[in-house]
Amino acid sequence: MTITEKIIARHSGKDSVVPGEFVECSVDLVLANDITGPLAIEEFEKVGAKKVFNPEKIVLVPDHFTPCKDIQSAELVKKLREFSKKYGVRFYEIGKAGIEHALLPEEGLTKSGDFIVGADSHTCTYGAVGAFSTGMGSTDIASAMITGRVWIKVPSSIKFVYKGKKNKYVGGKDLILYTIGKIGVDGANYKSMEFTGEIIRNLPIDDRFTMCNMAIEAGAKNGIIEVDEITLMYFEETGIFPADIIKSDEDTFYEDVIEIDVSDIMPQVSAPHLPSNSKNVDEYVDVRIDQVVIGSCTNGRITDLRRAASILNGHTIHSEVRCIIIPATQKIYQQALKEGLIDVFLTAGCVISPPTCGPCLGGHMGVLGEGEVAIATTNRNFIGRMGHPKSYVYLSGPEVAAASAIKGKIIHPDRI
Amino acid sequence: MTLKGNVHKFGDDINTDYIISGKYKFKTLDMNELATHLMEDIVPDFYKKVKEGDFIVAGKNFGCGSSREQAPLVIKYAGIPAVIAKSFARIFFRNGINVGLVLIEADTDGIDTGDEIEADIEKGEIRNITKGTFIKSSVLPGFMLKIIKSGGVVNYIKENKEFKL
Repeated sequence: MTITEKIIARHSGKDSVVPGEFVECSVDLVLANDITGPLAIEEFEKVGAKKVFNPEKIVLVPDHFTPCKDIQSAELVKKLREFSKKYGVRFYEIGKAGIEHALLPEEGLTKSGDFIVGADSHTCTYGAVGAFSTGMGSTDIASAMITGRVWIKVPSSIKFVYKGKKNKYVGGKDLILYTIGKIGVDGANYKSMEFTGEIIRNLPIDDRFTMCNMAIEAGAKNGIIEVDEITLMYFEETGIFPADIIKSDEDTFYEDVIEIDVSDIMPQVSAPHLPSNSKNVDEYVDVRIDQVVIGSCTNGRITDLRRAASILNGHTIHSEVRCIIIPATQKIYQQALKEGLIDVFLTAGCVISPPTCGPCLGGHMGVLGEGEVAIATTNRNFIGRMGHPKSYVYLSGPEVAAASAIKGKIIHPDRI
Repeated sequence: MTLKGNVHKFGDDINTDYIISGKYKFKTLDMNELATHLMEDIVPDFYKKVKEGDFIVAGKNFGCGSSREQAPLVIKYAGIPAVIAKSFARIFFRNGINVGLVLIEADTDGIDTGDEIEADIEKGEIRNITKGTFIKSSVLPGFMLKIIKSGGVVNYIKENKEFKL
């Protein structure tokens, strides 16, 4: 079996499972946010539930429209707060929180071998620490909050093996954009993406989060990376011990094995309006930009901020560009402050936003107007995603975004 | 269970942001209000073109993107009981079944906007009345059909007091 199959088998009380089989699994963690949580709570109440299966295993994180941008969003967050008080479930208030998918691992809530469901499509992020985690809708989440169980169809797995020598400025974001470009936005629909190979074994944990985070952009049920020394070091920081180490069997069945030689991959940029429109950054000539966003559940971690700062240090943001930096959590913000990164950003002329999903989904804190163009380290560039239906979002890693902010157009970090 | 209605045809990779844009609209849980914004970023005033009982028919990977259940819900609230596509993104698929939206997989190349069609979801057959053609379609697993017939998983649990695969 693969890691994913082993985790599913264990949580369904079976010795083994096979792809395509429907099973019922117990869950270790249930997550919802300020968009999906209120709807889950409504469903919870409609069913007439009186209690949750285990308050310790339910987490509510208001992060999309927080700090609340208007009365309606304040009402939605209030609903989460009240539910949390009534049923004793975890609620992360702003000031102690941040973007859910950066926050939960940081809090030590996502462990290898866990079965995690969240009412947010980017819940697949936690595969980076060897957990099976997947996004679901509000009704599934309501049902999981009540029963502690969900039904699932066991996914078949595709193994991605990354080899070769990584080029300068190529990180997890470039690898995953390239991969989605290769297989398409439904290239892994219903399936599990297992990331392996020597490149992955040497990839920092934050890059692994970025890769698993975007598995959903290829339609995948989950993305997963085997636990290794790098994961264990991260677990030490976040207080997880002992770690559950699950590996895929050597002779297990994969629906497909895709080998990727990273020597050919240069920093990637995905053009509007699909994440799969990825190309080498140098293929973009004179693409003028109005806004840069560095943050999100994909690339708002400390490693991302360090990389952005390394490019911005000593430079000034282009006079016709707004550059918005969003540390993903309170802790990341504080760490960036300690390391002097915030000073670099402020000196360069960036604006620093409190932790929020904000502009990634066109919510607030940097919405685009008609005809405006952004390059962002976020995860989706669909029509209207960051604002006006006639605005344009290019996706990249933090170095390319930072370099582009300096030049006012999409550019390779070596050319500033 | 048979459904009959007119078709609104869409292409591949229709994502949840197109179905209901994330930007302004998640500030409310009022699905009737949200339904008026259905598909508006890609087809302005789409909502006004929809009649009760119409179908959305699309290419591959319908519903990709976010996990927001608002996406299948607004389709249902707009009066559309079923979506037929070459394939569905998995979270959308779960959500659709859970809220009682009929989801049918079929080769949709021979179906166009304005066609009148009839779908038998238990037999797995679609009859294109306008074009006089038949198309085989997927049949949902038994427990999903039961959820659909109850009008969604919440009603199903209320009726059956429990949920079993």
